[in-house]
Amino acid sequence: MPSALINVPPKAKRGDVIEIKTLMSHIMETGYRHTASGEVVPRDIITSFACRYNGTEIFRADLYPAIAANPFISFFTTATESGKFEFEWIGDKGFSETASASITVE
Amino acid sequence: MRLLGCIALASALAGAALAAEIPQDQRRSGYSFMSADTKAMQDDDTVNPGMLWVLDGEALWKRKAGTSDKSCADCHYDARVSMKGVAAHYPAYEKAFGRPLDLEGRINLCRANHQQATPLPYESRDLLALTAYVAQQSRGMPIEAGDDPDLKPFVEQGRELFMQRQGQLNLGCANCHDDNWDKKLAGSAITQGHPTGYPLYRLEWQSLGSLQRRLRACITGIRAQAYDWGSPELVALELYLMSRARGMPMEAPAVRP
Amino acid sequence: MADTDHTRRTFLGLAGGAAVLGTVPVVIVRPVEATPAMLQTAIRNVVGEANVRTGKVKLDIPPLVENGNTVPMTVSVASPMTADDHVKSIHVFNEKNPQPNIGNFHLGPHAGRAQISTRIRLADSQKVVVIARLSDDTFWSATVDIVVTLAACTEEVI
Repeated sequence: MPSALINVPPKAKRGDVIEIKTLMSHIMETGYRHTASGEVVPRDIITSFACRYNGTEIFRADLYPAIAANPFISFFTTATESGKFEFEWIGDKGFSETASASITVE
Repeated sequence: MRLLGCIALASALAGAALAAEIPQDQRRSGYSFMSADTKAMQDDDTVNPGMLWVLDGEALWKRKAGTSDKSCADCHYDARVSMKGVAAHYPAYEKAFGRPLDLEGRINLCRANHQQATPLPYESRDLLALTAYVAQQSRGMPIEAGDDPDLKPFVEQGRELFMQRQGQLNLGCANCHDDNWDKKLAGSAITQGHPTGYPLYRLEWQSLGSLQRRLRACITGIRAQAYDWGSPELVALELYLMSRARGMPMEAPAVRP
Repeated sequence: MADTDHTRRTFLGLAGGAAVLGTVPVVIVRPVEATPAMLQTAIRNVVGEANVRTGKVKLDIPPLVENGNTVPMTVSVASPMTADDHVKSIHVFNEKNPQPNIGNFHLGPHAGRAQISTRIRLADSQKVVVIARLSDDTFWSATVDIVVTLAACTEEVI
């Protein structure tokens, strides 16, 4: 199973704007490379990333082959309530991975 | 482009006298040659892609393997304690074989002897992950490889290989990494070649990779035949480079361009 | 055709000038503001017929890249990020990769700050264009020219 590295502050004050950083293991094969014998290496990329905060989608990204291997994506959100961030990566060849992180908002 | 770059260097070096080895107080990690952006990627574990392999390695450390159904942790317990400083001493002398083993070799020997498991192939994700996890436990500690008296002939062998000119470009490692480390090759800095951060994440590879992978790529770059994975020559080179970097802090998993 | 003529005159002008000074010029002939049709189409697919204005958007990316395989970049947009006035999406494009799209990032007022970071691939020295769509459906952009240096000794990938 591919590993993901998620960084969410464990605690925040209500109304704080916090940064969420994500790294996902993935080769991001562009589909534009060839083997030594001239065959095209088929595309194998993550095409979509989404983050939900207590069930509500707060961020989404469409990715193309120009995103580097082991995609790093960081973004911001406002800490409104304690709960859970859920992350989802979807891609070629049936790739589908999830991860989650908790936050305590005071 | 690579050929052009290397030929240009070869002409620049033609007839140049071999300079002395780098004085202790002038030694610099490859880190110091990097741009601020690449340094930032290494400095913060939450953005360092090498940490993905460390994370995998931590899981593998606790996973049972082989017919003995033992995990690394069953014998070595908490790697944060038992593996602290260990990687800084590798390659190390292995009495049973009468020669040095690098960290990858040591992990595979452990698998064979204590787990009765098959060796992990060089550069496989699992071997890189375990090596990265073990090496990370030495982060910030000084490199101490090569001081075992039994290692002396192997350090010397590695030094000779480092100095020896070879390949179609007729270059030795020393021609770049001892004599021209303050210059550039195409757009890239020529570094001093201290292996302080292996296994490391190379932006070029878009992956973590071992010191042996780096050495093989360098040897191919001078148009010579690369030594086989795990060969005595590569281990001797690793050993010489680590002893040459003695005292410099470990950075694994480092990031390099 | 007009572009080619313009470039040619520029080249001759520079060469002539340099000859007077007695130096050997190294001139890179590149049409000014040439935007390939693919990039233009990719942008139109996002903005439609709307006008794209320069401003509000900041693209932080190294002007001289150590390795085109992994280029860190951060986009930030000057916005109060309120329910009435916020950034809906950020779109990143390039000029010379095989495909003009790099990524689309959808956010909303909840983000608090209109800023995203990622790492991208750049096949060659080229322009990166970023366009932000605001809640009033206006489009704002920033463009940066990036020089990608080629690694000296790369290894065969496959």
